Amino acid sequence: MGKKTIYDKSVPGRRGIRFPKPEVPETPLPDALLRADLPLPEVSENEVIRHFTKLSQLNHGVDIGFYPLGSCTMKYNPKVNEAAARLHGFSQIHPLQPEETVQGALHLMYQLQEHLAEIGGFAGVTLQPAAGAHGELTGILMVKKYHEVNGEPHRNKILVPDSAHGTNPATSAMSGFIVKEIPSDERGNVDLEALKAECDETLAGFMLTNPNTLGLFDENVCDIAAIVHQAGGLMYGDGANMNALLGIAKPGEFGVDIMHYNLHKTFSTPHGGGGPGSGPVGVVEKLVDFLPGPVVVMEQDDSGFDFPYYYFATPKHSIGRMKSFHGQFGVMVRAYTYILMHGPDGLREVGELAVLNANYLMHKLKGVYRLPYDRVCMHEFVLEGRWPEVEDIHALDISKRLMDFGFHPPTNYFPLIVREALMIEPTETETKETLDAFADAMLQIAEEAKTNPDLLHSAPHNTPIGRLDEVHAAKNLILCCGLPDSYSD
Amino acid sequence: MFHPHTQSDRDEMLGLVGAKSIEELFEAVPAEFRFPELNLPPQLTEMEVMDLLQDLSAGNETHRDLPMFLGAGAYHHFIPAAVDAIISRGEFLTAYTPYQPEISQGTLQAVFEFQSHVINLTGMDVSNASHYDGATAAAEAVNMARTVSRNKRKKAVISPGLHPHYRETINTYNQGDDFTIVGEDLAPDSTPEDLIALIDEDTAVVLVAYPDFFGRVYDLTELAEKTHQAGALLAVSVNPLALALFKSPGDFDADIVCGEGQPLGIPLSYGGPYLGLLATKDKYVRSIAGRLVGETIDVNGEPGYVLTLSTREQHIKRGRASSNICSNQGLMALAATVYISLLGKDGLREVANLNYQNAHYAARKISGIDGFELWTDGLFFNEFAVRCPLPVAELNERLLDAGIIGGYELGQNYPGMEDTMLVAVTEMNRKEDIDYLVEVLKEVAHG
Repeated sequence: MGKKTIYDKSVPGRRGIRFPKPEVPETPLPDALLRADLPLPEVSENEVIRHFTKLSQLNHGVDIGFYPLGSCTMKYNPKVNEAAARLHGFSQIHPLQPEETVQGALHLMYQLQEHLAEIGGFAGVTLQPAAGAHGELTGILMVKKYHEVNGEPHRNKILVPDSAHGTNPATSAMSGFIVKEIPSDERGNVDLEALKAECDETLAGFMLTNPNTLGLFDENVCDIAAIVHQAGGLMYGDGANMNALLGIAKPGEFGVDIMHYNLHKTFSTPHGGGGPGSGPVGVVEKLVDFLPGPVVVMEQDDSGFDFPYYYFATPKHSIGRMKSFHGQFGVMVRAYTYILMHGPDGLREVGELAVLNANYLMHKLKGVYRLPYDRVCMHEFVLEGRWPEVEDIHALDISKRLMDFGFHPPTNYFPLIVREALMIEPTETETKETLDAFADAMLQIAEEAKTNPDLLHSAPHNTPIGRLDEVHAAKNLILCCGLPDSYSD
Repeated sequence: MFHPHTQSDRDEMLGLVGAKSIEELFEAVPAEFRFPELNLPPQLTEMEVMDLLQDLSAGNETHRDLPMFLGAGAYHHFIPAAVDAIISRGEFLTAYTPYQPEISQGTLQAVFEFQSHVINLTGMDVSNASHYDGATAAAEAVNMARTVSRNKRKKAVISPGLHPHYRETINTYNQGDDFTIVGEDLAPDSTPEDLIALIDEDTAVVLVAYPDFFGRVYDLTELAEKTHQAGALLAVSVNPLALALFKSPGDFDADIVCGEGQPLGIPLSYGGPYLGLLATKDKYVRSIAGRLVGETIDVNGEPGYVLTLSTREQHIKRGRASSNICSNQGLMALAATVYISLLGKDGLREVANLNYQNAHYAARKISGIDGFELWTDGLFFNEFAVRCPLPVAELNERLLDAGIIGGYELGQNYPGMEDTMLVAVTEMNRKEDIDYLVEVLKEVAHG
């Protein structure tokens, strides 16, 4: 009864590709341990291409239209990044090749470490983490090891604001820490009194996203850092929102000790329908020895004539390896390309225009949608998707209706401290015309919510499929394709 | 650089916002830290950047420049052109996690088909939408087994034949915790049966590799039986390509399958992005980490797909989630889905057989040279260990002089094995390359 899957298109005997016959004298396969059956589809290349091309046409992507998914920085992904990552000298090298045969790759990684350190204001960077959450795990394991090496293993508490991404408490808990939540104050900043009350001798660290998930720069960031450091804790910075700070401020300078970058957000590597991401972690001087190994180091003799030589080394107190090999190298090539394409002034412009776009859109919408924290925002802002006088309209209804206008909806229901949250991040790569069209759609929807709420409840109407039943999926779990009747061993 | 703002756009927008300058928007940032200097190379044009990157990439020796016999967890395989054609499509490439299913059916159905391919290859019932790589998937398998035991069982038995990077990653994830990992000090040539003595009532999980790091393929029936008798879970880290020929972990009644999906249509790319696989039995579906796509219906009863069982995940469960994973390897999962769909049942078997044939030919030839002896005994897939008459580090330098990238020096991770090389041979190592390797090895050893 489901959709036609690639399995339904299978016809015994069809092939998508042929391989050469073995050139070597044959070795018989063993009798034991051979599998009896390999239930995979049999399809021609044309059928495969049509199948997946048609599937692609059911997707919305940045290449198709506006994608203001808050906290995800869905900016335009330059095509030059793709060309760069596909250069054979990058895509066709093995991670365990002798270092002397991959000096180009190591040079790129070393430079990227240096550039990220410069952008964030840090002394050292690891490129190993595979994604933002993996970078958080790296950072929090470093917090743990740091306190252990300093003879303070009793520091077992991590504080997170109530506006934090879910990954922050999940990471801390996964690393064996007790997690305590700190409320936000009425301006959307961390509540300093509540923070002070939790800063005792068990404090290991505080995880701060700044700008926070309300899109607001915490005005007390220096006080927060002072309070946490005074109590012997470390400041972890969640770099998810670093797009707002490119060339604007360096977290390492305003008190952050450890921060992960999201190369797939700030440095515009494509999100790929869910990944790959890449989550390098920068640290201040006192934590450099704790970085996961190996990192790339450079050696250059004083003569200045020889080329520098790059190799891997593992820091003294390293927390160890976070994954196999060296990280998401293909993503690093893209991010490095992006940095070169911008230079220092270009990066600052990214930060500035991301913030200008967000403030512009916020001003167009804030009279009609409630803005719970009415301040100058950074790269994103959070509205309430509800009106007291309109019953039974939820953020989700607004989001679904937005699809009818060809827009991807904002992030819904996050951060948790805003009711019916609509978290909107336009990014710097969108034109004023796009922002105007989106604002017009949002204003029309606000009107419809009052005059014709059913239009929202029944949305979307112009999408390849109607509103999907998530409860049905969870209650009747079907997690894989059925095999076609024609399937045989 | 990629922003479209004209001066009049800026002026008009600032006007509406009510700010005189863009700088004014950053007053919340402490003044002493505002607008720091960025010491970075100056902006370049696309033409200049590509020129620079061409030069940098030319500073690497690729597997087209030098025949390569290096595997150890990353393998050089042929990738049909159709794979890149599909994953380069902007509709897949520039979408994110399919939180809004009505405009993400492409990604969702592709993931559903990915899950199906993984399930059919591994013999499991459930697969997630991918993990970062083989190492982190292995760490997540251990984490998952701990969750299944409600953190009551405090021990993992891990084979020394699991990839050293995976073992290191598992150690990193579990450091400073009251969780013990045993098995590492067993001899490299120990068998799955040697692990049995280490299993007890405190064991949450037994984790083995299939094929193992040395290329060996073992019958896991007895290990599974003994693991289950002790109430523990059996996790198997796989090379999925080997599963085209050999029994699946499901055939041995394994509980969790993790693994590295890179051999399924993903370029070597200096170690990433790759593809973590994580699959399990129905009964553990609520303990698996990462995203799951399930089938459902829309308001009109039309079939479609959504992310499901999200209540397991960090964005809902926060501090009570068993894993913090958010982004996965979506695009790599798509590559593997297209690769498997294209090769299908016969193609995948054919390429696996080519690997088997070439590797066994190479093993015979190399072990036929005086002073070389096959270390790997019994069944192996596309990789084997061979003892050499001189240290591998030295041998590899000589091979490189002759224009060959040799195998992996096992002494890096297994003390005492400095003279043992792990040789990988895939369908890309043609007979003439293998014969050339054998010639050079002869010369180096006896010339």
